[in-house]
Amino acid sequence: MPDGSIGTPIKRREDQRFLTGTGRYVDDFNRPGQTYAWMVRSSVAHAKIKSVDTSKAEAAPGVVMILTGADWAADEVGGLPCGWQVIGKNEIPMHEPLHPALVADKVRHVGDNLAVVIAETKEQARDAAELIEFDLEELPAVVSMVDAAAEGAALVHDDLPSNLCYDWEIGVKDEVDAIFDKADHVTKLDLINNRLVANPIEPRAALAEYDPAGDHYTLHTTSQNPHVIRLLMGAFVLSIPEHKLRVVAPDVGGGFGTKIYHYAEEAILTWASKKVRRPIKWTADRSDSFMTDAQGRDHVTTGELALDKDGHFLGLRVMTNANMGGYLSTFAPAIPTYLYATLLAGLYKTPAIYCCVNAWFTNTVPVDAYRGAGRPEACYLIERLVEQAARETGIEKTEIRRRNFIAVSEMPYQTPVALEYDSGDFIRNLEDGLEASDYNGFASRRADSEKNGKLRGIGLATYIEACGIAPSAVAGALGARAGLFESAEVRVHPTGSVTVFTGSHQHGQGHETTFAQLVADGLGVSVDSVEVVHGDTDRIQFGMGTYGSRSLAVGGSAIVKAMDKVVEKGKKIAAHLLEASVDDIEFDAGTFRVSGTDKELGIGDIALTAYVPHNYPIEELEPGLDETAFYDPKNFTYPNGCHVAEVEIDPETGVVGLCSFHAIDDFGKIINPMIVEGQVHGGLVQGIGQALMENCEYDDQGQLITGSFNDYCLPRADDVPNFVVGTNEGAPCTHNPLGVKGCGEAGTIGAGAAVTNAVLDALGTRGIHDIDMPATSHKVWQALQQSNG
Amino acid sequence: MATTTVSMTVNGKQVSAEAENRTLLVQYLREGLGMTGTHVGCDTTQCGACTVHIDGMPIKSCTILARQVDGKDVTTIEGLADGDKLHPMQEAFRENHALQCGFCTPGMVMSAIGIVDRNKDSLDEKTVREELEGNFCRCTGYHNIVKAILSAHKEMTA
Repeated sequence: MPDGSIGTPIKRREDQRFLTGTGRYVDDFNRPGQTYAWMVRSSVAHAKIKSVDTSKAEAAPGVVMILTGADWAADEVGGLPCGWQVIGKNEIPMHEPLHPALVADKVRHVGDNLAVVIAETKEQARDAAELIEFDLEELPAVVSMVDAAAEGAALVHDDLPSNLCYDWEIGVKDEVDAIFDKADHVTKLDLINNRLVANPIEPRAALAEYDPAGDHYTLHTTSQNPHVIRLLMGAFVLSIPEHKLRVVAPDVGGGFGTKIYHYAEEAILTWASKKVRRPIKWTADRSDSFMTDAQGRDHVTTGELALDKDGHFLGLRVMTNANMGGYLSTFAPAIPTYLYATLLAGLYKTPAIYCCVNAWFTNTVPVDAYRGAGRPEACYLIERLVEQAARETGIEKTEIRRRNFIAVSEMPYQTPVALEYDSGDFIRNLEDGLEASDYNGFASRRADSEKNGKLRGIGLATYIEACGIAPSAVAGALGARAGLFESAEVRVHPTGSVTVFTGSHQHGQGHETTFAQLVADGLGVSVDSVEVVHGDTDRIQFGMGTYGSRSLAVGGSAIVKAMDKVVEKGKKIAAHLLEASVDDIEFDAGTFRVSGTDKELGIGDIALTAYVPHNYPIEELEPGLDETAFYDPKNFTYPNGCHVAEVEIDPETGVVGLCSFHAIDDFGKIINPMIVEGQVHGGLVQGIGQALMENCEYDDQGQLITGSFNDYCLPRADDVPNFVVGTNEGAPCTHNPLGVKGCGEAGTIGAGAAVTNAVLDALGTRGIHDIDMPATSHKVWQALQQSNG
Repeated sequence: MATTTVSMTVNGKQVSAEAENRTLLVQYLREGLGMTGTHVGCDTTQCGACTVHIDGMPIKSCTILARQVDGKDVTTIEGLADGDKLHPMQEAFRENHALQCGFCTPGMVMSAIGIVDRNKDSLDEKTVREELEGNFCRCTGYHNIVKAILSAHKEMTA
């Protein structure tokens, strides 16, 4: 196999710059004459702004300009837009209150943006910010969804009738109710899916510059999707047409969803850059991240599973309350609906499903997609219910899954909640997971733990996710206000080297390597002769960016489509040069050959001819070998798998130790197994973090208690074990040209449920069958005390 | 704000720059010297992305004033490789896919070298994990970082 072919674990080319300190992240860029912005944020959750006095601050050393919500309102620029409109019951659309980048009337969460100070240095901006006087009249804070729904609750948005954003449902309630009425057994759980903070290690940053000569703006920003930011900010907020606005997302230090969204600072800096006529740079500190990066999860759910006497699932009935926070972040409304409720079939043949979702405004930081986005919440609910049902019915937990899994022979499978699964061998993943984790040997490991006074548990999560949201028309019908295709340009240069321009964005995923492998394999050139360019709206034709594990399935497929066009054109050139019919030209491994002969030309010869078209069919064919393609998927992709966690709990301290974690995943075909394994490892720790330690907490005044790494418990190296991960490639995606499904989120989707199920398996020996994430030592110890007492 | 001329050796080169007294070492490196390889990931000395070596000891450069380092010898991520030849720790990170977004990587590598230096005679997984407690990585789940450090330990102590 040549170096870099599809399926080989070649080392990443991007590592060289990251390992030598020569990566270029937004905060590493500096422009001549640059000023610095400091965001002045609300320290209270809910208050009316009575007055703002910037006079002392204006006079402070180095201050260039101070802008407040009044200035934002006076300029009649738009609010930050929401990219997804959910239509609720009775065709009632969601409430979509104004989301100003700088607030003038009232603040709606701790961290809401009151003003921006622009100064010669960051320190001067920060010092001056201290001198701004705000007269804020505090209002009662709406913190929990119970608060939000309460009779007479304070309104987060005064122009709305209540704090309800939408009341949405999927499925037919009466039909599902009727099934529950006749069921032999109903398992019911009340679950909290705790709020999380994504915390990429690079804080967000932005650098905006206005060029009066061309009336042109350039924004460098920490984004997963620079074209989306250009579209949202240009078209909806600042009215800057695309050709006057360049958005660059260079090296980005992790995203995990939270860098998808269009943030206030991007708009504020771009807007202000024209006023100050100098570049402006803003870099978040970690406190800013905690107060303003969109947070994740935060569902409160009641779920019920109806079973027949043999343990077959008959119906699923779910009521979920989802916290939107103070404003609608870019894709927030879609997460608890189309990325959650539509996944509630899981891997099972549950014939009837009903889910109602109420989304609420509260005086907390906005919530949006965080790695997994809706799918971890769905997996957690289903897999908790399944293991609880197993306990209640006495059917062994792997057996109850086997009885209900959708079989390979039933693919494609239409679920009752809109999705049509195309592929997957769920039994095989389960069997592989059980074998890898020595499931059968668990009883003896548990006995050993017991001898040492410890409680041991094993837990499973089998999951399916929907990735690469598509097709655009379907997403549009569900409320998406954007297309969900991807684009690619494959530019074969005269000497045969290749530059690929992709609309996908990498911020850790290794696209520069994987996509190069893809192109090297497709065009039969060496990996080293392929360069992958991304992250700049002036260089890339268009792009929808990277989220929802879509880059390879959608972006990679666009590259394949562009390569197909290159080959098609190359065949015409080859036919001319080899004096054969186009239909007789075959292309394989970089060589165009007249079928059945030894007459052939390499792609390098064809490329040179395309750019030096002396002997060339110029009447029929344009010169050049440079093709662009847009790929709109036919369906979602459906990665799936089986995760097995094993824990040991010290009942004296409540400390949960994660002994092992085995993950068997079906990601379809794999381009670079090393990178895929790395994606799983990282995803697992984010799921394990949710299950055992991470939790974003507010007090009853809406103060963010977990506002720094001192308080928010991010997993460290000694909190997790080594992992055993494996993949099954036997059931590739049936509808994209690569057969790929996506691997970015899987770890996070399975891990939370698997670990919690393991904790409950251990605690079950002491009669404890319910615990909410995170299962901290404090919570576990308390549960054990209560069970003992 | 009062300023002082702060001088030190950075990656073998004598440097000198005016700095406010409150200037942190990481600001001095990034903003004063334009050496952006060292990163800032938090403001509470938790994440370790800013770790550099001062007189051979790994130190979080966000939690020490530049003037405290006056006259000392600083090594940053930019100073590890020998021309095109990566330091064994950098090479082990590359070889073991111990980095994804790369943002924590400079601090992670500098801390990792410290771990090997402190545990020359023997190093095991448990020790690596414990001694990595000062560095966050949100991408890799630490699995491959631990593997890389153990592999570099072999190389560096061979």
